[in-house]
Amino acid sequence: MSAPKLRSLDYSVLQQCMHCGMCLPSCPTYAATGRERHSPRGRIALMRSMADGELKLTPTFAEEMSYCLGCLACTSACPAGVDYGTLLETARAEVETERVLTTSRRDFLRWLTMRVLFTRPRLLRFAGRLLWLYQVTGLQRAARKLRLTRLLPRWLRESESLTPTIRRKFSNALIAPVERPRDGVVRRRVLVLTGCMQDLMFSEINRATVDVLLENGCEVHTPPVQFCCGSLHAHNGDHETALFLARRQLDEIDPFAFDAIISNAGGCGSHLRHYGKLLADDEHYAARATEWSRKLRDIHEWLVEIGFRPPPRGSEKSDTMRVTYHESCHLCHGQKVSRQPREILRALPRVELMECVEANWCCGSAGIYNLTQPATASWLQRRKVGHLRATGAMVVATANPGCHLQIENGIAQECGGAMRIAHPVVLLAEAYHDERASTMDAGGKQHPTRFPITLQE
Amino acid sequence: MIERLKAIVGAEHVLTQQEDLIPYAFDGTAALKQMPAAVVFPGNTTEVAAILKLARERRVPVVARGSGTGLSGGSVPVPDALVLGLGRMSRIIEIDTKNLTLRAEAGVVTQTIFDEADRVGLFYPPDPGSMKISTIGGNVAENSGGLRGLKYGVTRDYVIGLEVVLADGTVCWLGGKCVKDVAGYNLRDLFVGSEGTLGVITQVLLKLLPKPAARQTLLATFDAMDAAAETVSAIIAAKIIPCTLEFLDRRTICCVEAFAKVGLPVSAEALLLIETDGHPLAVAEEAAQIETLCRKHGATNVRRAADAAEAQQLATARRSAFSALARLKPTTILEDATVPRSELARMVRFIAEVGQRHRLDIATFGHFGDGNLHPTFLTNERDAEEMHRVEAAMKEIFEEALRLGGTITGEHGVGLAKRAFLRGQLGEGSYALLRTVKQALDPDGLLNPGKIFE
Repeated sequence: MSAPKLRSLDYSVLQQCMHCGMCLPSCPTYAATGRERHSPRGRIALMRSMADGELKLTPTFAEEMSYCLGCLACTSACPAGVDYGTLLETARAEVETERVLTTSRRDFLRWLTMRVLFTRPRLLRFAGRLLWLYQVTGLQRAARKLRLTRLLPRWLRESESLTPTIRRKFSNALIAPVERPRDGVVRRRVLVLTGCMQDLMFSEINRATVDVLLENGCEVHTPPVQFCCGSLHAHNGDHETALFLARRQLDEIDPFAFDAIISNAGGCGSHLRHYGKLLADDEHYAARATEWSRKLRDIHEWLVEIGFRPPPRGSEKSDTMRVTYHESCHLCHGQKVSRQPREILRALPRVELMECVEANWCCGSAGIYNLTQPATASWLQRRKVGHLRATGAMVVATANPGCHLQIENGIAQECGGAMRIAHPVVLLAEAYHDERASTMDAGGKQHPTRFPITLQE
Repeated sequence: MIERLKAIVGAEHVLTQQEDLIPYAFDGTAALKQMPAAVVFPGNTTEVAAILKLARERRVPVVARGSGTGLSGGSVPVPDALVLGLGRMSRIIEIDTKNLTLRAEAGVVTQTIFDEADRVGLFYPPDPGSMKISTIGGNVAENSGGLRGLKYGVTRDYVIGLEVVLADGTVCWLGGKCVKDVAGYNLRDLFVGSEGTLGVITQVLLKLLPKPAARQTLLATFDAMDAAAETVSAIIAAKIIPCTLEFLDRRTICCVEAFAKVGLPVSAEALLLIETDGHPLAVAEEAAQIETLCRKHGATNVRRAADAAEAQQLATARRSAFSALARLKPTTILEDATVPRSELARMVRFIAEVGQRHRLDIATFGHFGDGNLHPTFLTNERDAEEMHRVEAAMKEIFEEALRLGGTITGEHGVGLAKRAFLRGQLGEGSYALLRTVKQALDPDGLLNPGKIFE
């Protein structure tokens, strides 16, 4: 299958935009510059000009496609239902196949990450392990202290400071391939996708995901080695590898065998849902992919759908914890899951949910945007942290590893990490854990554990 | 020319590259497109004046633009035009709570005006469908309407002063804070609705009202279009003036619901969205009366919004109607033929009949309370034969509106879209008078040329 092109795209997708401008107030890059070119309808106008043959594929066009966050806020704002996600992915794929922005450094980095690391799960974990060693042996601290990082080229030096902390244990060390509810009653069978970033940097979120599923009567299957879902590739114009990875995923996991396939990362879920569309023309995979898309659920969506058990509210009126919720773009705009995470947070004991201004605005992470467009990314980061702090909350709940890191970094810079960042599912798992601890402990004393990590038999 | 522009506003505020210009070749109007020569963003009135002087010297046409959401092609460039983007001029200069006025630069977004007034307990009523992004300068230049027109009037009714830059670069202030002021001709109103053809509006002084203490929104469902129209007549005849009285037909209901998901009855033939506001007791009484009248005239269901949030949701859903209709066909052409309220039912029937006769898909919604209809053609601009039928049908609708004592445009302006019909509505004498005014103020014909006049 050849990479998609704007010219060969169904013209009605482009025509769907009637340039009414309703998208403008939702677009962060338009807010940043006030230029139509940096707005959804402006970008669609450029794409349409390309499709019409009025505009050539210029570096400026390519840069514009890369300046877009791909946050999809415009798709929530658009009454006409324009499929901006497909348009952007098509335009970016065309930019890559025509090699408009190519430089040897860019090519090498894209090859190393997208073609090598993120197509080989074991190699990716090995790289993660090396990075972990660099961090725990004190090498990183030493290197930073001795300013050895100054020897690095500027682009690498800036990324070095953003390097997230790697977990000692990855998901496969925390989660058994199959786990059953404690009471032995299995009401549903689900499969949990552990992701790439989530696996290396937030494996406890995967553990918590399994814990809350077990608490709600699900038998949980978690393959110890999983392929990247390909969202990184699809969102960044590498259509071919995205297809390859979707097929590998379907080779390894049979969607017909489960009631649901669970994703807990907004960015991955948004892409995973579209396997059906992605492989619609592939006669070998189409049926399986359609079933996959039908079964794919975000964890919050699934918990609300099956009527999750709210943890007990607790008898004593102890101090409440203020929590605010930052919506991952690809969860709320990409997957239209916005109500359910809040429902879960509201169900937590002693939690007061504080709504944040622009809760559904991008934080600037946007996949690899903080690496490709650092200025706009950090402007969005500051704006986001300002709004989060204004809520007076102690905890920021968010459900995507990119947002998690971006907000954590932003808060560390602006107020020295005075807020905790947590996935809603981690908070729910903690509440279930506290409940168990208090029933087991006759004295009624609670064991507030940050991460209830236990490898079940 | 470009170098001189850069010297006036700074190089970063002048766009000339093809990729930068393409997104300024259109506004919110369907099927109109024209590349400009350049786009310039002045930061203040002095810069606007300098640009207009330069343009006059070089005989370059100038098209003023706010957010480009207009629906008559008012801010679509003309060939070789300089687009004057006023988005940078977005300061609210003053809110005067003693005189209940607000002074703002032309590029302030309408929603911001509403919010700022709201913050101090005041109310700016005009609420065009695009208010979340349209600019106040654009609203004044087009004399925009909105959902609250029935009770509160339109933009013109709130403009008590404005600053305008004339074609030769002269800066004029017209009007002021006095409620009564009869010094000289009332030229302020000449510029309200002038569509950028007489001067460039750079500042506006707006009148504000005290915020109504209470409001109640009702949603009435009908299984026949006529029943809805009769209900509207009955409400007006009962001497009730709700602030909003909106109508949606079945196709519009379905499209809006598909987008907004606010629980609209998708099997209904017609729907009235009604809002009453004012003193709490008066609101309660009016709401009860309206509900009774709706039921008496065949409403199958009347739902009351539970709270302000639900009312807001319903109004927002209604504002998305035009764009939501774009879900059905590639091209959506929105018209705003308007008739006296008494002729509404007849006009609605006529539109349905024209649609059938020309084999066209027309959805209708609009501000029923003030007679402002939005027949919307769902078509495809790439189908030349069908577009021909659309033009024929449109002409018939305009002619019928005029025959019933109405107008070719209630709130979108003439622009490019309606200019062929203006002479027919105004008659020779009035049309010539408009031309005289245009020639007096813009003798070189450089301000938004080709708009309003053929």
